[in-house]
Amino acid sequence: MDDLRAINCDVDTNATKISARGVQVHYGDTHAIKDVDVDIKERSVTAFIGPSGCGKSTFLRCINRMNDTIDICRVAGDIRIDGDDIYDRSIDPVQLRARVGMVFQKPNPFPKSIYDNVAYGPKIHGLARSRVEMDEIVERSLRRAAIWDEVKDRLHAPGTGLSGGQQQRLCIARAVATDPEVLLMDEPCSALDPIATAQIEELIDTLREKYTVVIVTHSMQQAARVSQKTAFFHLGSLVEYGDTDDIFTNPRDSRTESYISGRIG
Amino acid sequence: MTTLAFAILLVASLAAYALNRRAATGIRNGGARLHSVSNYHGLFALLLMLVPVLVVILAWLVLQGSVVNAVVMGALPDGTLTELEKGQVDLILAEIQSISGGRIFGQPEPWKLAAAERLTELRQLAALGLVLVTALLCLAIMIFARKKVSAEFRARQGVERIVSGLMIFCSVVAIFTTVGIVASLAFETYKFLRLVPLSEFLFGLNWEPQIPIRADQIAAAGAFGWIPVIVGTIVITIVAIVIAVPIGLLSAIYLFEFAPKRVRAVAKPLLEILAGVPTVVYGFFAILVVAPAIRIFGASLGIPVAPNTALAAGGVMSIMLVPFISSFADDALSAVPRAMRDGALALGATRAETVLNVLFPAAIPGIVGGVLLAVSRAIGETMIVVMAAGLMANLTLNPLESVTTVTVQIVTLLIGDTSFDNPKTLAAFALGMMLFLVTLIINIFALRIVRKYREAYD
Ligand SMILES: Nc1ncnc2c1ncn2[C@@H]1O[C@H](COP(=O)(O)OP(=O)(O)O)[C@@H](O)[C@H]1O
Ligand SMILES: [Mg+2]
Repeated sequence: MDDLRAINCDVDTNATKISARGVQVHYGDTHAIKDVDVDIKERSVTAFIGPSGCGKSTFLRCINRMNDTIDICRVAGDIRIDGDDIYDRSIDPVQLRARVGMVFQKPNPFPKSIYDNVAYGPKIHGLARSRVEMDEIVERSLRRAAIWDEVKDRLHAPGTGLSGGQQQRLCIARAVATDPEVLLMDEPCSALDPIATAQIEELIDTLREKYTVVIVTHSMQQAARVSQKTAFFHLGSLVEYGDTDDIFTNPRDSRTESYISGRIG
Repeated sequence: MTTLAFAILLVASLAAYALNRRAATGIRNGGARLHSVSNYHGLFALLLMLVPVLVVILAWLVLQGSVVNAVVMGALPDGTLTELEKGQVDLILAEIQSISGGRIFGQPEPWKLAAAERLTELRQLAALGLVLVTALLCLAIMIFARKKVSAEFRARQGVERIVSGLMIFCSVVAIFTTVGIVASLAFETYKFLRLVPLSEFLFGLNWEPQIPIRADQIAAAGAFGWIPVIVGTIVITIVAIVIAVPIGLLSAIYLFEFAPKRVRAVAKPLLEILAGVPTVVYGFFAILVVAPAIRIFGASLGIPVAPNTALAAGGVMSIMLVPFISSFADDALSAVPRAMRDGALALGATRAETVLNVLFPAAIPGIVGGVLLAVSRAIGETMIVVMAAGLMANLTLNPLESVTTVTVQIVTLLIGDTSFDNPKTLAAFALGMMLFLVTLIINIFALRIVRKYREAYD
């Protein structure tokens, strides 16, 4: 526990990586995100929790502009990464997404080989100048995702042939291969068994050394285990945001308390 | 009278449905727990009546004619039919039938008039019998079904058994039809191969399907080597596929990913209309527009171009195949999970990169299957090539020359007066058999490929 506190103190001294002000999201007539302000610290794990349908995924997708791919979705407000407005006209969402990687709820490796899955991002962004460099990037990414030892002998086997947990780590490797600064994870363990979940959680803890991680989770234990900061969403609003320890030990808002004690589902 | 039989059956089965349903509901209202809901009790009675009685009526209608005829012919005065050939007997029967139908020519013999009268009577009797039998059967089944109703009776299982029996019957009909078609084709092919050796048919390089009209005609024996014909088919198919695949795929990709909603809303139905154009109309287009255009263009370059080029026929055929391939590709692309596309976009892939590098490869099984089915269609396509391709077998790979196809030859061999005992006519069946085998192999191949990719990427 003392260790954790030490880390948390560290985090507070970190700079702000992502800052959102007055974010509103509409899907047609549905008001999915209502005026959310939040500051996410660099090199830390921030967890979004809340009952399903409260807008966690929606807010997460604002950060890499994946909402742009949904026709009826409109995003308003101000989101900055390192002080740059990511909804500014000068920002190309395609390049933004190379800087802000994403891992989805269900592992979604491409129907390609393990190698090609990881190499795909670097290839389209021209990050490797030679085959050797590409090999290095692939190996480094797979190591970072803690799956290198399991797949190093079958890099050219289809990625879809791996187990669920391995597929998810492959997707993490794929996301870190473009050398992003931020990693967004939308319930990355909800399709996995407990052992695979434990492996991913351990991995997330190491990813914090290099990346700013934002993770959506429906498991409060998971939020408590992996995150330093926690944001609780309810009905599209950000109800409470603070150090994970504080949120779980003495929540200030009654809705947060009801949720973490299991009264709001 | 037949209509009456059907009406009786319909009314009786609806009545049986209502009766059993009422009875079952009554039992339930009496406090007992039914094994099956009352609707199933009704359905059970309905199907139990409808299916067998329908079979009886249909069988009756099929058999009635020949039984009545046999009785009438058997009752003719002794000796009338002795020493007559089968054809003549049939002629007499036909005459009796037309007299009975009220069409009398000249002065028929009195025994024919008597037979005709008897035929009329028998027919009426048979019709009456049909109605009677239907009514009795319906009644019997209704009583039987009503007796079955009880709380424990498993009406649902009964219904399921009858329905599954019906489905098995229908698939058996489909299978037997196929087997029958193939068998008749195989039989005629066998007759052909007794007249022309298999090796000549399979490997002969000449196709001149004539037969001597007089025995002393010089050099009139035909040649039946199918190679030039199948090569013509292959050339036209290749032309069609080479044009249709890129156009079909690119239009599918455009419509799927890039077209604004309004363009898509107009273009998709237009493509579907293209798929519905009768092939005869494509044939007109080939003759009137494409062939002359190719000829004029060739002439301007100084290249001699035949009037019925493989290029014209194949080119027009490709127009027919574009909507086919495009809709297959569109389905296959739409079937790729959204997660795949999100994964690529989230890596910073553009929409074009997403479609080409991720969605398209994932959709390949469906697309390959579609293309191979298009090949099958191109090989079997008849009307366009009858109108736009040549008639003379010409062993060449040059798409600017005139070639003929398997289907064109089948049509020309069977047009006009035909007798089914000479190699010229029988050759059509042999060609048909080969066509069947080729498309069968392609289809099996297509399914194999699709399955193989599925295993790798699921
Ligand atoms: N693609 C979409 N189209 C329309 N409405 C959506 C879409 N995605 C999410 N929503 C709506 O936005 C709200 C928030 O959804 P979401 O962000 O997925 O919640 P969470 O991830 O917290 O479960 C829900 O009411 C949902 O119905
Ligand atoms: Mg969600």
